[in-house]
Amino acid sequence: MHSEPLNDRNVSEQSPYFYVDIETYPTTSWDKFKQVVKRTFKGELFVGLWVVMREMIKFDIHTVQYPKEKLPIGPRYRAVHKLLRLWESGYERCIGCGLCEKICISDCIRMDTKIDENSRKEVTEYSINLGRCIFCGYCAEVCPELAIVHGQRYENGSEQRAHFVIKDDMLTPLDWLTSGQQAEFPGFGAITPNESVTKTPLAY
Amino acid sequence: MDMAFIIETIAKIVVILLVFSALAGLGTYFERKVLAFMQRRLGPMHVGPFGLLQVAADGIKLFTKEDIIPQNVVKPIFKIAPVITAATAFMAAAAIPFWPEFTAFGYKVHPIVADINVGILYVLGIMAIGLYGPLLGGMASANKFSLISAARSAAVFISYEVISGLSLLAPLMMVGSLSLIDINNYQAGGIGNWIVWSQPVAFILFWIAAFAETGRTPFHLIANDHEIIDGFGTEYSGMRWGLFFIGEYANMFFISFVIAIIFLGGFGDGSIAGAFQLLLKVSFFFFFFLWTRAAWPDVRPDQLMWLCWKVLMPLAVVNIVITGLVMMF
Ligand code: SF4
Ligand code: SF4
Repeated sequence: MHSEPLNDRNVSEQSPYFYVDIETYPTTSWDKFKQVVKRTFKGELFVGLWVVMREMIKFDIHTVQYPKEKLPIGPRYRAVHKLLRLWESGYERCIGCGLCEKICISDCIRMDTKIDENSRKEVTEYSINLGRCIFCGYCAEVCPELAIVHGQRYENGSEQRAHFVIKDDMLTPLDWLTSGQQAEFPGFGAITPNESVTKTPLAY
Repeated sequence: MDMAFIIETIAKIVVILLVFSALAGLGTYFERKVLAFMQRRLGPMHVGPFGLLQVAADGIKLFTKEDIIPQNVVKPIFKIAPVITAATAFMAAAAIPFWPEFTAFGYKVHPIVADINVGILYVLGIMAIGLYGPLLGGMASANKFSLISAARSAAVFISYEVISGLSLLAPLMMVGSLSLIDINNYQAGGIGNWIVWSQPVAFILFWIAAFAETGRTPFHLIANDHEIIDGFGTEYSGMRWGLFFIGEYANMFFISFVIAIIFLGGFGDGSIAGAFQLLLKVSFFFFFFLWTRAAWPDVRPDQLMWLCWKVLMPLAVVNIVITGLVMMF
């Protein structure tokens, strides 16, 4: 249905709105008494009893026994962050541009960079203060290299929240990368890892 | 009084205490399971097979928890109140025949602590004293929610005493005795002799009153969680709270026994089959307490009073008058 008829909030022939049929409230004692008698013998109480009994007999249980069973979560679910590696070379994707640090609205990303011996910018420290992060996803959205993404890890039981978001914990381990376990964040410009992803030759 | 009688009585008391304390625990398990199934949940699943040991876990928790006496409470009354609830619940059991007479090792056992000739009067009276548990506990708690609950419990219990008393009067007039054994024997002839057929109105009224006396769901406003937290139990912790709990569940079992014995023929002619039938009837009434909890909403306190004084009490009185007229002519 188009939304235009719904925009007219006046009840009329054309509009889809209508008044709910509410019986007038009884005023005299006799009317009240009649209402009570009607409700008493209408059997509504038994309808309620029947409904719950039917559900019990059908035994259509909807419980998810959580630690044993888990519900699937959406691919764009925003859980604890991950830092990804390049498929072709295994280098860290983060180029230390600092955009994520800048955009973070709760100001919770801290990073330290230096120029390494090959004159490349190297990220030495990268941490997210999970006590302040609101999981807005801006950092993942702004990152030009698809380096910081949100992972799917929502079970954050630990002695310290910090354990999840220092660089070593967020970064994909190298053996995971070689075994193809690094999940790609399906955002704009995401790569599909296959044979076509090859290492760019440095020597021209 | 000879020694054998004293020993036998003490043994019976101990057995009843143990069995019904355990049943109260199991009752919570069944309540959770039944409510869960009716709401498409699983209920307790993790402690023991199908969560059966949840009861034990709860027991350990209740027994070992710190017993907190808050600062501004009236200490002696606050401490004694849960004991009143539990004690009166079990005292009421003294006059209830749980099982027909049987012979064990050549010794005739009456599974009733005291077959007094005013049995049902005693049961109702003691259950009425149970009112002092919530009332004193709530008033001594120095907590507004508890106070509301205490006021409500006084109002509800006293009002529904009237209903349960008046509704029982008609069957008692027919039987001519207050002893539960006599009432049971009056209906020993089989299903056709059950009092429920001759006194359906009294049966329904007493059943409704039983919900109010045990404070179960349609009339749960004494400890209505969403209005007054746990009512009189709000300030209690550990085993003192547990005593309230055991009292409530024991009361549910005992009132189920009373309904089954007075209106549904009890254990019938005293055979084993009759005894098991009694257990079945009791289980049904207990189950019905859980069933209504899943199905029905609570009524407002004023609606409860209205129902009591303007509908149920006149009905009960009319029922008595009609019964009397029929018996006279
Ligand atoms: S998700 Fe939002 S708040 Fe959290 S680190 Fe990224 S930008 Fe900051
Ligand atoms: S925006 Fe991306 S590439 Fe830039 S510093 Fe942050 S994670 Fe590294």
